[in-house]
Amino acid sequence: MLLVLVRRVGNMVPTLAAVIALIFVLFSVIPGSFMSGLGDDGRTMDPAVMERMRKEMGLDQPLLERFVKYAGATVVGDLGTSFRTREPVTKLIAGRLWPSLKLTMAAMLVAMAVGIPLGFVAALRPGSLIDTASMVGAVSGLSLPKFWLGLLLMYFFALQLKWLPSFGYGDGGLTHLILPAIALGVSPLALLARTTRAAVLDVLNADFVRTARSKGMSERRVVTWHVMRNALVLVVTTVGLQFGSLMGQAVVVEKLFSWPGLGSLLVDSVFQRDIPAVQGCILVFVLFFLIINTLVDLAYVAIDPRIRYG
Amino acid sequence: MRLGANTWIGGGLFAVALAVAVTAPWIALTDPVMDANLLNAELPPSMEFPFGTDAQGRDIYSRVVYGAQISLTVGVVSQIANSIIGVTLGLTAGYWGGWWDDFVNGLTNVMLAIPSLIFALAIMAILGPGLVSLLIALGLTNWSYSCRIARAQALSLKSQGYVQAARILGYGPFRIMFTQLLPNMLGPIIVIATLGMGGTILAEAALSFLGLGIRPPFPSWGSMLSDARETIAIAPWVSIFPGLAIFLTVLGLNLLGDGLRDIFDPQATTRRA
Amino acid sequence: MTGARVTGAGGNGPLLKVENLRIALQGDGVTFNAVENVSFEIGRGEAFGLVGESGCGKSITALSVMGLLRRPLSLGGGRIVLDGEEIQDASAAEMRRLRGKRVAMIFQEPMTALNPLSPVGRQIAEMFVLHQGASWREAMDRAEEALRQVRVPSPERRIRDYPHQLSGGMRQRVMIAIALACGPDLLIADEPTTALDVTVQAEIIDLMAELCAAKGTAILMISHDLGLVANMCNRVAVMYAGRIIESQVADAIFATPSHPYTRGLIDSLPRLGERARRGRQRLTEISGVVPSIQAYPAGCRFNPRCPAVTDICRTTVPEATSLPADGIVRCHHHG
Repeated sequence: MLLVLVRRVGNMVPTLAAVIALIFVLFSVIPGSFMSGLGDDGRTMDPAVMERMRKEMGLDQPLLERFVKYAGATVVGDLGTSFRTREPVTKLIAGRLWPSLKLTMAAMLVAMAVGIPLGFVAALRPGSLIDTASMVGAVSGLSLPKFWLGLLLMYFFALQLKWLPSFGYGDGGLTHLILPAIALGVSPLALLARTTRAAVLDVLNADFVRTARSKGMSERRVVTWHVMRNALVLVVTTVGLQFGSLMGQAVVVEKLFSWPGLGSLLVDSVFQRDIPAVQGCILVFVLFFLIINTLVDLAYVAIDPRIRYG
Repeated sequence: MRLGANTWIGGGLFAVALAVAVTAPWIALTDPVMDANLLNAELPPSMEFPFGTDAQGRDIYSRVVYGAQISLTVGVVSQIANSIIGVTLGLTAGYWGGWWDDFVNGLTNVMLAIPSLIFALAIMAILGPGLVSLLIALGLTNWSYSCRIARAQALSLKSQGYVQAARILGYGPFRIMFTQLLPNMLGPIIVIATLGMGGTILAEAALSFLGLGIRPPFPSWGSMLSDARETIAIAPWVSIFPGLAIFLTVLGLNLLGDGLRDIFDPQATTRRA
Repeated sequence: MTGARVTGAGGNGPLLKVENLRIALQGDGVTFNAVENVSFEIGRGEAFGLVGESGCGKSITALSVMGLLRRPLSLGGGRIVLDGEEIQDASAAEMRRLRGKRVAMIFQEPMTALNPLSPVGRQIAEMFVLHQGASWREAMDRAEEALRQVRVPSPERRIRDYPHQLSGGMRQRVMIAIALACGPDLLIADEPTTALDVTVQAEIIDLMAELCAAKGTAILMISHDLGLVANMCNRVAVMYAGRIIESQVADAIFATPSHPYTRGLIDSLPRLGERARRGRQRLTEISGVVPSIQAYPAGCRFNPRCPAVTDICRTTVPEATSLPADGIVRCHHHG
């Protein structure tokens, strides 16, 4: 298990290095365009401010030197200083991390708790009303813009029914979390329902399920003893990919619900041209994706005996 | 070949969206940008304004109709770019293998690790708002699925007899790739492109919603929703119709993609997992 | 192959009686008969062979006895009598009580027939839990014993192994252990050795025959290999395109094959010693291919490939003609 962990973490390194280089190229090699790019809204940059920023970012130094400096600092966890607040970006991010994690995990929980059982039920009764209904629901869920769904939820449950607060973080309690988590969770929910259904149908056709039936097992036992785990193995990949990218996907939901997470920080930083903060946020999203998928690989080893020291 | 209900409904919805985009100048009632009249602000749907009016008193119906042009242009053009990038990389990687394959694989892993919306957002931040920026940002960031499918197909097709035969006949690698391999993987690629187009339209809407895509006053379905939160309590129609337009268009593409998959790809190699 | 034969144990009435079995295949708006007019009997402790090319309907005949036909296949008619009890209309719950306990089955692919995520010991132990109400602890002990009986070396360690850790032969031994766990009256073996190495095949067949003989379990052996089946079984039925075309005592079918198709099958078998006796003679093959179910010819279904075909073969389905020792043949020109 430890060996797997070491290898998987090792596999992250080149990807992470490439991402760091990419972020550097995007924002540090062509920062002039980044600064002027947002000038379209009428706000033009003061040349003096421009000059100070250039200095601060060390744009007067040679490219390679800058990259080594940036990469070196990033590796030891120094993400630079925010242009806007003059605080270390790591501190800025640390303050937003928990709300982001909370929202992402809550959304994934909703998606898994509803999506996987729904896919199971649909697959066990193919062609039934519940199958048709859940699959129509799933394709609709995949087609809904998250922020529009959030808007509708806000309209009905906060403004009309007044059951839940319409936006904000509140005191960090559950009531403020529910609507954003649903808005964010619906598309992974839909995808999980579809993947689970396909996986279960796949497994139900497997030879070993026929063997289980030939043993005189009830259909219920066939499913609980033999189908479930095999189907879950197939679903785990989707869970990992969805969960991993969900924190980044949350930007629109965070913006809509004024949720103080990394997504809001990213968008605000983009508008304020706070390059170190933008870079830091993107790095955190990537890191989150890589960590989640490493955990998923470990989960694989735990549930599938065929995978050893992958 | 039997077309399922998915194909018909999905194709129908998408065809309607296309027709609306093409005929927008004729079927719109007013100019989507200029015809603002604050005296008409936030009127509910009526005979004169079928979908109501927004905070500036513009006809939402006309704006939704013109918005179709933006959404579909972005969807179609950037998805074509994604397909071309993905298929070219995947096909060559699968056919040649070796260091190029490793490189393409690594690149795909990097692309997968950066949530595509975030990547597109970063590019938009650099390029600034606007249609061209959107086409670039969304056309460069969503090719990993096409790439993986093309690579897998190339790997399995290249050992087939007819490809071997072409090689023995002295066909060059590009001739083999584009005349022997590509035509035989078009089905799955079209399926992925159809589903990807839905994703691209959603991403455009999200970026415009955040104020990074098409900026007001120009009508994009996403940008029309960017300050909807402020008006939803008093004028929900301002939010409902643009969102519904996105939803139905993307639903159409997703249904069409599912339907095409049943036809082209019964083994479902393109299942998104 | 040693030809260890399971001998009939006698008793009153046959153990399994299949009468005029018809299996329907639901196509797009059309229903085909994948199997029709199939009848046979298996005595207690008897080994009965069902032979035919792939697609002739032998496997689904076996599945219908197990009550395991699944869409688009279904039982279209006929009677299946197990130990005097008609089971063709039995409810799912009734069939479940028979399956595994009275009738067990071994499948062709030991690779995929076992759950890859479950230790093999547990997959055997399930039988004792399901049918004998054993606790898991007790069942695992008995699973170890069952593995020992099928001669898996060091069974105390193997029960914790997963299927992928075992060879094909070992996996098929596990399948046999599962099938025989509850001492069934009938074991259905569907091509149990086809996927295995030739060297392992004989071991598996001998093991099956020996264990069944010891427990008095009857065998329904399904195979495309007439030689293997005739070696192991008391009686053999040959199926072609959904019908039984000949049925005889095993020795007799080699000595006096009555149907041209059976003769063709025997002539296509390589036999030791034969070459020395007859000189360099080529193995013959049956020309043509098995017709697909949508295109079964009228009359005798073998007629397009038959060397002795005449007009009547193309129009009239041949009736069963009795042969000595309860044999039958369906051919207009037998003899």
